[in-house]
Amino acid sequence: MSRWVSLLATVSFLVAAPALAQSPKPQNYGIGTPATQEQIAGWDIDVRPDGQGLPPGKGSVRDGEQIYLERCAACHGEFGESAGRWPQLAQGKGTLATHDPVKTVGSYFPYAASFFDYIRRAMPFGDAQSLSNDELYAVTAFILNLNDIVDDKFVLSKETWSKVKMPNEGGFYDDDRKTAEKAFWNPKPCMKDCRPPVKITGHASVIDVTPDDKSIRKGGVE
Amino acid sequence: MNPSDIPTRPSRRRFLAGAAGLAAAGAAGAARAGDANLPPNVATWSKTLGDGVGVRPYGHPSPFEKEVIRRDVQWLTASRESSVSFTPLHELDGIITPNGLCFERHHGGITEIDPHDYRLMLHGLVDKPLIFTLEDLKRLPRVNRVYFLECAANSGMEWRGAQLNGCQYTHGMIHCVMYTGVPLKLLLEQAGLKPNAKWLHVEGGDSSGMNRSLPLHKALDDCLIAYRQNGEMLRPEQGYPVRLVVPGWEGNIWIKWLRRIEVGDEPWYTREETSKYTDLMENGKARKFTFEMDAKSVITSPSPQAPVKNKGFLVVSGLAWSGRGKVTRVDVSLDGGRNWRTATIDGPVFDKSCVRFYAETEWNGQELLLQSRAMDDSGYVQPTKDDLRKIRGVNSIYHNNGIQTWAVKPNGEVENVEVG
Repeated sequence: MSRWVSLLATVSFLVAAPALAQSPKPQNYGIGTPATQEQIAGWDIDVRPDGQGLPPGKGSVRDGEQIYLERCAACHGEFGESAGRWPQLAQGKGTLATHDPVKTVGSYFPYAASFFDYIRRAMPFGDAQSLSNDELYAVTAFILNLNDIVDDKFVLSKETWSKVKMPNEGGFYDDDRKTAEKAFWNPKPCMKDCRPPVKITGHASVIDVTPDDKSIRKGGVE
Repeated sequence: MNPSDIPTRPSRRRFLAGAAGLAAAGAAGAARAGDANLPPNVATWSKTLGDGVGVRPYGHPSPFEKEVIRRDVQWLTASRESSVSFTPLHELDGIITPNGLCFERHHGGITEIDPHDYRLMLHGLVDKPLIFTLEDLKRLPRVNRVYFLECAANSGMEWRGAQLNGCQYTHGMIHCVMYTGVPLKLLLEQAGLKPNAKWLHVEGGDSSGMNRSLPLHKALDDCLIAYRQNGEMLRPEQGYPVRLVVPGWEGNIWIKWLRRIEVGDEPWYTREETSKYTDLMENGKARKFTFEMDAKSVITSPSPQAPVKNKGFLVVSGLAWSGRGKVTRVDVSLDGGRNWRTATIDGPVFDKSCVRFYAETEWNGQELLLQSRAMDDSGYVQPTKDDLRKIRGVNSIYHNNGIQTWAVKPNGEVENVEVG
């Protein structure tokens, strides 16, 4: 028994030693199974703005209208105007710099990939990945048409993908907080008399949108 | 079979114990009846037996704590499957969030995955595309880390002014737990990265197929493939059996029910990083890839759901966190930010984790305007809401880390207010 334990200890020391020395070579544990091309193809559904990942197939604005009315309009509205609180898909142009910005495919999305990929993986809500590739292209073409981005005769496919130009593609820039908000890095924040006496300018109770919550004990002091 | 379902021979003792338990459950929530349990009387529970072991094979909180629950705001979203519920921060102390109280944010409901059918696919710009089972992941070396997770939309309803009355609603899209998992770097090394690898596409297995682009430098720094929270397996609400942990970054990128990692050379610009989770500025242009959660804090007690109940000695308590590193200091103001004093941080201080702070005072019915401001080891100081609005306007929805004000009224009630 004791000889066996000491033998094990020696072996494990020999095995462990290379990992303990700070080797730049990563350790391979021999865990995990090679993924086959067939397995990857079944799950790899993402699409990039440059068209990488687009499936075969095509779809017209006209075909897309029918699919849209059957599968999408109940939530998003016949014209993409939204039914209830579901996302609005069309209109909203020129609203981004106003007090009431309306973010839609036409007014906000920078790339067709950003919603083609989304429809492909997540829509229709509750019946994800049920559209065929042709249906997916068609419904995307119709939503682009609702936003006046392609004409009524447009057919979307891998070949016509690069013709789609989204109006707000240039509307985004990289996180610039470290420069634009540099003033928030302040080693000595004010501690005394930092501002004139403070007044209350707004009350949450006036707006009164907090859910009724029986756990809130009104009138605290007993 | 669940241990509680195993049939046992009924006995008089067991029946009595069960009845006592039911009586206790019934009493919770009902008004207390007199002083029968107060000295000099001997309390009921001092004379009877309680539940035996095995009656509660997976323990649950006292029935007297039944109000300590996640809550949602139904007008916020179109459906409850794509919605959010909030952590009851006002009922908690310390830094660790109990698993059952961690806020929820789902886009296709709570996905229930059979762990035997769980697979994680790793492919793209790698030498060897691989598939891992849950057992594979559990065999790999693992680490334990405490991190906060905050939704980028936390406090998003407050950009235009005080709206929701309670820190559960204004700040409850955060939780802080200990994760056990495999460093993502180690997993990527098993497949071998191609030299042009720069971004990862990370994707969930839920019916929203939640997907985001993750820069490779972050993946190699401190991300985890986590399967446990606070020691036990992840809850389904938090991505059982496997989620991505992206310390300090907005919650949306912490993909739950993680199904696939694809290595690429540029970002994907998915819906969730373009139409959502971009920060619209006043001029109509939007910041993208605003991953880090800036330093932030909130006083959890007193707060609208936790009013002051006694005059005299008062401990002001709260939580602070920063996605850029460690919280180094928290200041508290009683007069709406005019004068500040440094609070005591108690308990462990970890990188990109919550800290708990306390400030002691006397309260004799005077009106207070309570505020807290967090500082981190990058030198960042939590700004006022007005300072944020000057730079960002009020349309950005996300990343509102402005200083919160609670007004304490003479009767002890507390309200969410704006000050100027």
